[in-house]
Amino acid sequence: MAIISVRDLLVEYDGRRVLDGLDFDIEPGQITVLLGGSGSGKSTLLRHILGLERPKSGNISIRGTDITSCSAAELNKVRRSIGVAFQSGALFNSLSLADNVALTLREHTTLAPSIIDLIVWMKLAVVGLGDFGKLHPQELSGGMKKRAAVARALALDPEILVLDEPSAGLDPIVAAELDELILFLKETFQITALVVTHELSSAFRIADRIAMLFNGKLLAIGTKDEIRQHKHPRVVQFLNRLPDSPVHAPAMAAYLDSYLHKREVQA
Amino acid sequence: MANFLEIAGRETLKQFDYMGRLSIQLCATLRQMRRALPLLGNRHRWNATIHQILDIGVDALPMVALLAMCSGFILAMQGASELRRFGAMHYVVDLVAVGFTRELGPLLTAIAVSGRSGSAFAAEIGTMKVTEEIDALRVMAFEPLEFVVAPKFLAALVAVPCLSTVANFFGILAGGLFMFFSTRLGIILYLRYVLSSIVLRDVLAGLVKSLAFATIIAQVGCLEGFRVHGGPEAVGRSTTSAVVRSTFLVIVADAVFTTIFYFIGRP
Repeated sequence: MAIISVRDLLVEYDGRRVLDGLDFDIEPGQITVLLGGSGSGKSTLLRHILGLERPKSGNISIRGTDITSCSAAELNKVRRSIGVAFQSGALFNSLSLADNVALTLREHTTLAPSIIDLIVWMKLAVVGLGDFGKLHPQELSGGMKKRAAVARALALDPEILVLDEPSAGLDPIVAAELDELILFLKETFQITALVVTHELSSAFRIADRIAMLFNGKLLAIGTKDEIRQHKHPRVVQFLNRLPDSPVHAPAMAAYLDSYLHKREVQA
Repeated sequence: MANFLEIAGRETLKQFDYMGRLSIQLCATLRQMRRALPLLGNRHRWNATIHQILDIGVDALPMVALLAMCSGFILAMQGASELRRFGAMHYVVDLVAVGFTRELGPLLTAIAVSGRSGSAFAAEIGTMKVTEEIDALRVMAFEPLEFVVAPKFLAALVAVPCLSTVANFFGILAGGLFMFFSTRLGIILYLRYVLSSIVLRDVLAGLVKSLAFATIIAQVGCLEGFRVHGGPEAVGRSTTSAVVRSTFLVIVADAVFTTIFYFIGRP
């Protein structure tokens, strides 16, 4: 049974359709990568899966609970089973890394402080930040912030891990380290992960299944091989990094000529 | 003319919309307030409230005291310059004591807190919105109003009346110093005159105003923070807007309360 089910999801902002009838399932224990260009609707879809926004129509079920129509209490219960690492990290700057990770444990569990401390330092060690727990987010590099966000997302041992652009803005070595971390988490904790990215190398390294969005529609979903062999022109274009509209130098020159001509006439 | 009416109508509707949002936020915060109370609520929220009380109240003490002393001195001097002509110097005591207890103490405090803490609330929440920290709170199953707004609101409700009382004390003390240097009226005798000129109703009127001003400052500051959309420049705009709007609303509320107390107090 799918752990996340999206059915006929329709999202509009000011009459502009952003997600158009999305329909797909995410299976437990798999890494699903959501791939797509800028403005394709990846982040909007993610915000709806996290219950941060409500769609115009359609539904999203997480572990059997329809989060588009459930109560706030039910939504919070579902949210406790999801760990989220935002693109910017979204770590609380007023708290140290250890306190960032400990926050949900202190507030949502009745564990003793010594146990919470143990869990926090374990989670930080898992992401390779065991020696940096006392630092504040502003003292960390971009890659360390992303890893700290993953540690915080893992605090409550979630069934589902959601990562928004984990390798965006990172150098290739740090990005590759994060990919390995995601694979390690899947193998060690049997976690279900939903990763949003537009980095092809990262997507094909970590994914069990890839879903590709374009203009709010789901173009393709399948295994890595199925996506590689997909015939849809947009999928082929995306995978082969082909530009949409090459720069037309003659058109630019023509525009400049007409502009200068107008100025001369005015003079 | 039609254009003017159209603009006036649109702006009026915008202000109604703003007041509606403010009222909704106030009601929602009041529902979450229990969690910020000592003993009954969550100890983490109460700790945050204590921290905020220190920030809004204790840290602002020197500034409010100095402001009140300068204002008390000015009020006494201006009053004396006119009352001296009628041989009614003893009325300066009444002017300073009643004027500060009913009016100037709460108003000066509110303006100082609005500039200092109202803008800080807007900047803090605005930054949290820009850096996705508010979204992070929600996906971690925290209610932002309970987590961020309730401690600030409760702290303002405690700190602003306390600061108003301090402002009253220093304002009246400054009046006493002026009277001592200008008429050789002893401080003990001055304080005795002060106590005979103010009644409990004056003190209560000042405290009621302080509570209303605290509500306006905290709610406007937080709402401006939540209204931030975009980047860091939007945070800057929200802090300015928080100060301008809260100062304006404080003065409007002051006029309303003064009118009410004027009619209630008439024989």
